[in-house]
Amino acid sequence: MKQKIKKEKKNWEEKVLKKILEKRPERKKHFENYSKIKIERLYTPEDIEGLDYLKDLGFPGNFPFTRGVQPTMYRGRLWTMRQYAGMGDAEESNKRYKYLLKQGQTGLSVAFDLPTQIGYDSDHQLAIGEVGRVGVAIDSLQDMEVLFKGVPLDRVSTSMTINSPCAILLAMYIAVAEKQGINLSKLSGTTQNDSLKEYIARGTYIFPPLPSLRLTTDVNEYASKHLPKWNPISISGYHIREAGATAVQELAFTLANGLAYVEALKMRNLKPDDFAPRFSFFFAVHNNFFEEIAKFRAARRLWARLMKERFQVQNPKSMMLRFHAQTGGSTLTAQQPDNNIARVTLQALAAVLGGTQSLHTNSRDEALALPSEDSVQIALRTQQIIAYESGVSDTVDPLAGSYYLESLTDQMEKEALTYIKRIDDLGGMLAAIEKGFIQREIQNSAYIHQKKIEKKEEVVVGLNRFQSDPAFSAPQKNHEVRKGGVDSKIEERQKRRLLKLKEERDNKKVKKALNNIKKAIHPTPLQRGGVHNQKNLMPVILEAVGVYATVGEICDILRQEFGEYRESVSI
Amino acid sequence: MRKKIRVLIAKPGLDGHDRGAKVVAKALRDAGMEVIYTGIRQTTEQIVNTAIQEDVDCLGLSILSGAHVKLFPEIVELLKKRGGEKILIFAGGIVPSEDIPELESIGISKIFGPGTSTQEIIDFIKTQIGADRKRR
Repeated sequence: MKQKIKKEKKNWEEKVLKKILEKRPERKKHFENYSKIKIERLYTPEDIEGLDYLKDLGFPGNFPFTRGVQPTMYRGRLWTMRQYAGMGDAEESNKRYKYLLKQGQTGLSVAFDLPTQIGYDSDHQLAIGEVGRVGVAIDSLQDMEVLFKGVPLDRVSTSMTINSPCAILLAMYIAVAEKQGINLSKLSGTTQNDSLKEYIARGTYIFPPLPSLRLTTDVNEYASKHLPKWNPISISGYHIREAGATAVQELAFTLANGLAYVEALKMRNLKPDDFAPRFSFFFAVHNNFFEEIAKFRAARRLWARLMKERFQVQNPKSMMLRFHAQTGGSTLTAQQPDNNIARVTLQALAAVLGGTQSLHTNSRDEALALPSEDSVQIALRTQQIIAYESGVSDTVDPLAGSYYLESLTDQMEKEALTYIKRIDDLGGMLAAIEKGFIQREIQNSAYIHQKKIEKKEEVVVGLNRFQSDPAFSAPQKNHEVRKGGVDSKIEERQKRRLLKLKEERDNKKVKKALNNIKKAIHPTPLQRGGVHNQKNLMPVILEAVGVYATVGEICDILRQEFGEYRESVSI
Repeated sequence: MRKKIRVLIAKPGLDGHDRGAKVVAKALRDAGMEVIYTGIRQTTEQIVNTAIQEDVDCLGLSILSGAHVKLFPEIVELLKKRGGEKILIFAGGIVPSEDIPELESIGISKIFGPGTSTQEIIDFIKTQIGADRKRR
């Protein structure tokens, strides 16, 4: 059979193809995807000759999970439609959450403003103009109490996009739960807590990478012992991709970060099977349809293999890569913004065909400003149309067996693994980041991508081809965009609240608690690979937030002891 | 008169979205300009100090958090105070169209939205600085 196909293919190439190519050459000499993987004219059984069904694909819910993490996938339960949002102060966000819960939503997603994410209180000089702008401002437990007032934390799952000061915000969430009388074993949700990627993308770092890795590990360790239903980390490729990485780079760097977190936890004398089942991932999904689907399938298979081979995990859940996906913000255009609805649809479909556990769809006007209500609704409806009308959710991993997709999945896995081995050779992810290797790789990809668009080697509809008459394509036309986005009174209100809190709380207790953090930081000198002999800081941080020490105050102590990260910029 | 155009690319505010700033910095350098890039999270004070000390011809500001409303006017004011009023200021990022007239009226010469080609920015700078130098 194989020989016959080979022979017939040759026959076809010589008798049919050759003539056609002479008469009508193809559109391009060379076809490739964003990851620079060459795309062949035709894929046949020859291209998946090496594929071993049981070894490489297997059954959904079984190792290596290529076909999905659950046996029935969306036939059992659809993915979670989780839209990231949040702005203003705690009171405003609380109203919004209650509204969403009333509408039947069971998952909340908290966006924090930049001062909170970088560990500054709302009255810090650097916070000027930023308070409550891209998310909610949280200075102390008091704000967190307001944020979740009347929200039963044992009955919602909360996703918090917080990284460098994650330990502090999680401690506040725990404190609110305790005040509501809720047992910690009932808390469910996710903290992003992926500090390493902040140095290579996204940029909300505070401390140098090594102490950051310690804080991340503190949260992971604490959760593995006290929060059985919490996903303490969401290892994120999304921002890496948005910063300009290719799909293969996104895949490789994300999994390499994951490996670094596993190594760090192992140094605390924990077994990977004790914590790895709670690891979760977060990927971007861009326009190249098959490349993205292949990426997700390759991600599952590669992670499963790495966990099994490198850490000898036994529990299948430790090998299972569960992920959230978000459509690619950087693929949206400000020109002809309605075209973005089509892009988001394609991307969302790729995420679903790639087997995502939850999905955020971007709004058409996000290249212009924070999205309008209308646009957010279209984005959510897009997911619902895919879920309920397209039929793609009726069978598990419907594209498996496609010669093209399987061959691509294989190639993506191989290329990502090559990158991971290169990072190993550099001394692991921490060293690769410190050497600037990852940052340079991403920067180069971003530049090449931009140049290709400008040379029209890559077509962006409405931007470098098929532009409308300028009179009709003026970007913001017909779109209501909030001026400046957020009420500037929020900053004043937040500052007044903070001042009042500092007068009313027991400042002696605060001082003592802050001092306890300081003492807990250095029982032994911090050294490379030294996370194992470090005290977990969660208990002292819990004590400090409980007496209303602020995010800024706690981070100041940590900044003093750990130092601050300064990016060495090279362009 | 010096030959090369000197540019400072700066990121005021706290957002870490530096893809655009870095791509523009690299493109301007490849176009023969001398480019200094500040890195993320610069205070208005730091940006203005660098611009003055480095004696730049133009200053490119990149911001995506929405804090331009507050920070851009501050930078323009500070530059004026320190004798940098001749520096050509342009900006990029996510700036809603409603904010643009006001920012242009205070002295931001041009705001480049998403999708702008680097060539457009290069041409803009060369034209503006060229005209300015002829006048001097």
